Amino acid sequence: MTIIDLSPWELSAAAALVVALAGVSLAGGLGIARPLVVAAARMAVQLSLIGLVLKSLFAAQGPWWVALMALAMLGAASFEVTARQKRRFRGGWGIAIGAGAMFASSFTVAIFALAALVRPEPWYEPRYAIPILGMLLGNTMSAIALAIDRLTDAAWRERRTIEARLLLGQPAREAIGGLARDAVRSAMIPVINAMAVAGIVSLPGMMTGQILAGNAPGDAVKYQILIWLLIAAGCGFGMLLAIRLAVRRLFDARDRLRLDHLISPN
Amino acid sequence: MPNRPSLPPGAFRAEGVAFLDWRPMSFAAGAGECVAIFGESGSGKTLLLRALADLDPHAGEVWLGDAEQQSMPAPQWRRQVGFLPAEAPWWEDAVGSHFGDPPGPDLLARLGFDNDVLTWESARLSAGERQRLGLARLLCQNPRALLLDEPTANLDAGSAAKVEAILADYARREQAPAVWVSHDPAQRARVAGRAFRLAGTALEEVGA
Repeated sequence: MTIIDLSPWELSAAAALVVALAGVSLAGGLGIARPLVVAAARMAVQLSLIGLVLKSLFAAQGPWWVALMALAMLGAASFEVTARQKRRFRGGWGIAIGAGAMFASSFTVAIFALAALVRPEPWYEPRYAIPILGMLLGNTMSAIALAIDRLTDAAWRERRTIEARLLLGQPAREAIGGLARDAVRSAMIPVINAMAVAGIVSLPGMMTGQILAGNAPGDAVKYQILIWLLIAAGCGFGMLLAIRLAVRRLFDARDRLRLDHLISPN
Repeated sequence: MPNRPSLPPGAFRAEGVAFLDWRPMSFAAGAGECVAIFGESGSGKTLLLRALADLDPHAGEVWLGDAEQQSMPAPQWRRQVGFLPAEAPWWEDAVGSHFGDPPGPDLLARLGFDNDVLTWESARLSAGERQRLGLARLLCQNPRALLLDEPTANLDAGSAAKVEAILADYARREQAPAVWVSHDPAQRARVAGRAFRLAGTALEEVGA
C-alpha cells in the first residue's frame, strides 16, 4: 500500500485557501495577511529543502551526517527559543541556556528511545532518529521558551518582592521560588492538555501521517503513545533544567537580583 | 592597632563604599548609635543602603563588628544588617506566613496589633499596616544592625512616633548600630546623634 501522490497542482489549490484568507484579512484590516503569507511561504520552502536533505541523508546513512543534522536542528531550536521573548538575557545567555537544556533533555531522551526502545539497526538509523529528535526538540523548545518568558517577565514585575525577600535573608532560589514554580507549571500545561485530549479532540500528527501512509492504526497508535511519553518527559526535564539555569543567571554569586542581565523591550 | 578611630565591638563601618559614579563613602556607627543620612531624592540614599546590604554590586568594604560583608554568604549578611525598605512588600496570602519565628505579643501590641493579625489576609493590609508589620517582621529576625530607609514616611504622626520609639529601644537594648535615612530634620534630631548629607555623589558629615 502506498500513499496517493500529490502534484504541484493540488498543493497550489491548498495555497489558494491561504491566499484567500490573506485577502479577507487585507480587506478587513486584520493585519495578519503579511505574517500569514510569509510564514506559509517559509514553511513550504523549509519543508521542501528538508525533504531534499532527508532524501540524501537516508541515502548516505553515515552516523556523522545524522549527528550534523541533529546539531543543526539543535542550533535552530536554540535560536528560536529566544526569538519571541519579551525580555531576553543579554549577551547570548538565552540561546546558551536553551541549547544546554535542550541538548541535555532532548538528546538524552532521543538516544534512550532509539538505543533502548525502538532499536532500529543501526540505532542512529536516520529514518527513525531524525523524526523522533525533531518532535522532541520542537515541543521542548516551545516549553522552554514559554517558561523562560514567564520567569523573566515575572522577575521584572515582582522585583520589589524578590528583593524584599532577599533582604530578609532568603537565598536567591527561595526568594524567586513561587515565580519559578508558576513558570514551570504554565509551560507544562500545553503538553498536559495535548496528552489529555489525544484521540478525543485531535488525532496527533505523527499517528495521522502513519495512517495516511498505510500503516495499521494499531501500530500507529503504539508509536504515538511512545512519542507522547517521550515528549512529556523531555519537555519537563528540559524545562526544569532551563529554569534552573535561568534563575542562576537572574542572580549573581552574592544572591543579588540582576535585572541588568536582561534586555528590556524597546 | 590601625590608625582609624577605635570603635567598640558591634560597630557598623563603611569604608570607601562606591557604586555607579558615586564617590567612595566612609562612615561608622558605634554599637547602639544611630546615624542619620539625608539628601535630595535621587541623591543615592537608597542606593547607599542597598550597597550596605550587598543588594547591588559595589566597591569598598562594609564591616559589622569584626566581620566583613564579603566574608560570609550574602543571605547571612542580610539577616544581620536588617534592612527596612520604605514600602515593605507582602507576598504570601496570610500575614503569618511571612514570619519565620512568630513575633512576641508585646512587639505586636506596641505596634497597635492583636495577635490575630497573623491570620489576616496580606492583600487587605493598609499601607501603614504593611509598614508597621514590616518592622515586626524585621525585628523578629534579631538583626545586629539596622538599615532604615524612610521607615516612617508612610505613617501618620502617631504611628511614626511608636515606630521611632520601638526602633530606638531595639537599638539601645541590642546595642545595634543604626543607619537611618530620613528627610525630616526634626526626626533626625530626635533619633540620631550625627547626620550625613548625600549631595553631588559624595557623603559628608554635617553634625546633628
